[in-house]
Amino acid sequence: MSELEIMADRPGRLPSPLGLLVHQIGYQNRVFRRVPISAFFTLAFPLMFLLLFAAISGDIFIGGGHEVSAAQFYVPGLAVFTAASATYTNIGISTAITRDEGILRRVRGTPLPRWVYLGGVVGSGVSIAAFGVLLMLVVGMIVYGVEVDLDRALPAVITFVVGTASFAMLGLALAAVAPSGQSSPALAQATMLPMAFVSEVFFPLGDDPVRWLQVVGDVLPLKAFVEAFFTPFDPYHSGSGWEPALLLRMACWGVFGALVAARRFRWEPSVGSGRSRRSEAAGV
Amino acid sequence: MEAIVSAVRQLEPRRGWGLVGMAFRGRAATVAGARRLSPQRLSVDLCLRRITESSSRAVTPRSSRPERGIVIHSRRRGRLASLAAVSASAALTVSGLGRSYGDVRAVDGLSFQVEPGEVFALLGPNGAGKSTTVEILEGHRSRDTGTVEVLGHDPGASSAAFRDRIGIVLQEVGIERELTVREALVHYGACYSRRRPVDEVLELVGLHGLGDRRTHRLSGGQKRRIDLALGIIGDPDVLFLDEPTTGFDPSARRQAWEMVDGLRALGTTIVLTSHYMDEVQALADRVLVIAGGRAVAEGTPDELRGSMDRETAIRARFPLEADGTVDDLLGRLSGRATVRGGRLEVRTEQPTADLHRLTAWAMERKLELADLEVVRPTLEDVYLDLVGGDGEVDVGAGDHG
Repeated sequence: MSELEIMADRPGRLPSPLGLLVHQIGYQNRVFRRVPISAFFTLAFPLMFLLLFAAISGDIFIGGGHEVSAAQFYVPGLAVFTAASATYTNIGISTAITRDEGILRRVRGTPLPRWVYLGGVVGSGVSIAAFGVLLMLVVGMIVYGVEVDLDRALPAVITFVVGTASFAMLGLALAAVAPSGQSSPALAQATMLPMAFVSEVFFPLGDDPVRWLQVVGDVLPLKAFVEAFFTPFDPYHSGSGWEPALLLRMACWGVFGALVAARRFRWEPSVGSGRSRRSEAAGV
Repeated sequence: MEAIVSAVRQLEPRRGWGLVGMAFRGRAATVAGARRLSPQRLSVDLCLRRITESSSRAVTPRSSRPERGIVIHSRRRGRLASLAAVSASAALTVSGLGRSYGDVRAVDGLSFQVEPGEVFALLGPNGAGKSTTVEILEGHRSRDTGTVEVLGHDPGASSAAFRDRIGIVLQEVGIERELTVREALVHYGACYSRRRPVDEVLELVGLHGLGDRRTHRLSGGQKRRIDLALGIIGDPDVLFLDEPTTGFDPSARRQAWEMVDGLRALGTTIVLTSHYMDEVQALADRVLVIAGGRAVAEGTPDELRGSMDRETAIRARFPLEADGTVDDLLGRLSGRATVRGGRLEVRTEQPTADLHRLTAWAMERKLELADLEVVRPTLEDVYLDLVGGDGEVDVGAGDHG
């Protein structure tokens, strides 16, 4: 051996985690943009609902003090639905699929800290959610005359932050428990859509809904998200707009999601190499 | 490592010395010029610089030097003086490594060392424990017993500083379909403290001109190249290649070998696994043959071939039922004989004598030996011999390791 290597760690610093995090978010966003199907389901799907609801409900105005467009009620709900889709559904499905594709396996072998990778996934989901919510609100305001009480905008922003962070954690938990990438969309939709119905995202459950539906909605985090986010849009609401109890309920779910993800998250593909490695070890 | 740091500290007040060099097994090379002699820069150079043969020249250091080690020299007004002698550690040390899956001992007490700049191969059949071993070295898998040190790190701790210095080319890893080749290299390169230029890497792995292609448009062989490209983008000190050519056609294998040769020329320490004897022969400086999680032989490819050179194989078929037993024959032969079905194989260092005994035995019984041949064992035979042919470990061969 004429070559020689000195056994010392590199004096050059590793890139700063913060810089890497920004880089990771940008990269996740780029990958998201290049897969039209995920952009469609996350961003265009809720807008389609908006068009449908507007067509169905027509120009219904609800009286009481002053006249209010029906869109005033379902646009904030659909905005929250978009935010939850961009975080929970999007993160849960895409992370489970990238794991099966062996991409997480590759990432695990690089010096990129794992929390930075996951932070990039979460940050990207939240930024896509922000884009989707703004898109929904702008369309709602311009086309359907939705009004926002800007004095109560800050509580809505905080609600957005707490809500998307919590749903992002639940997304990671979903990816962690999904047996495979293939099964993750089914799991995501099977949990997301019923939750959206009981959380009155699409339409109210009526004046006298079945008791258990109400209870389920009150326990799950989406209804809390919808209600807390709704306050600056609520024409009958005159309070400060802060809903600490609802924020706490979401945060609890977020912590639960983070715990599940921390316990169960896997970086190795669930099929293929993981299994073949074990069978190789067994001498099969 | 600490010794190097202290040696570098000693240099600090001597700014202005002309040259600092290192010697390794009697060769020396310039590491840093005078203008770089600030301690930080010097340590940078010491760590980053790989000394290639062309830049080295013979030197006789004044101090006695360790058999494997580094001597830091400095030169002032043309006179060479040794400043420090430092014992260099191996790139990788494994001792008593063990890993079980349930009741199966996948890796059972492996010990080996890999020197800096060496291409080291783990050779063995499927299920021998190669991949498990490499995955433990990479920090991808935990171990049950033994100690492992890679570049001074315990891979089990899996620190970012450790992963910064290794490159991994795994089997069955994926890549973002929608990224271009160049984007992928830039993206993954961004996590390392230093990185090779993207164009250089593309050139090295033979993907030049394909930088702007989306990865899902690459062929299978090209995907394997991008795996290799991503393995070396961070300019690793140790590169792990897990079965780099499995599934390749012959020409793709040849090209992959050339790539590995190119990396070797750059001084990268390479640990590869393979179940192809010819691949190991072409690439490796040293080979560890493993079977059933145990080492069965270790040496350079030439040494492995050497152990076989002494032996000749005598093969023959005969009707087994003629006498029912061949025990009396086996007792007479000097070589190792195996009988499977009606087929006899004798490995012997005395082919003439054993052939004579065999034919005499057959004549006594009036047996006709069909397909009688006397051949030199091929590399494949040696390998199969070592790993027990049908997956069983030949305990007798364990003495080689």
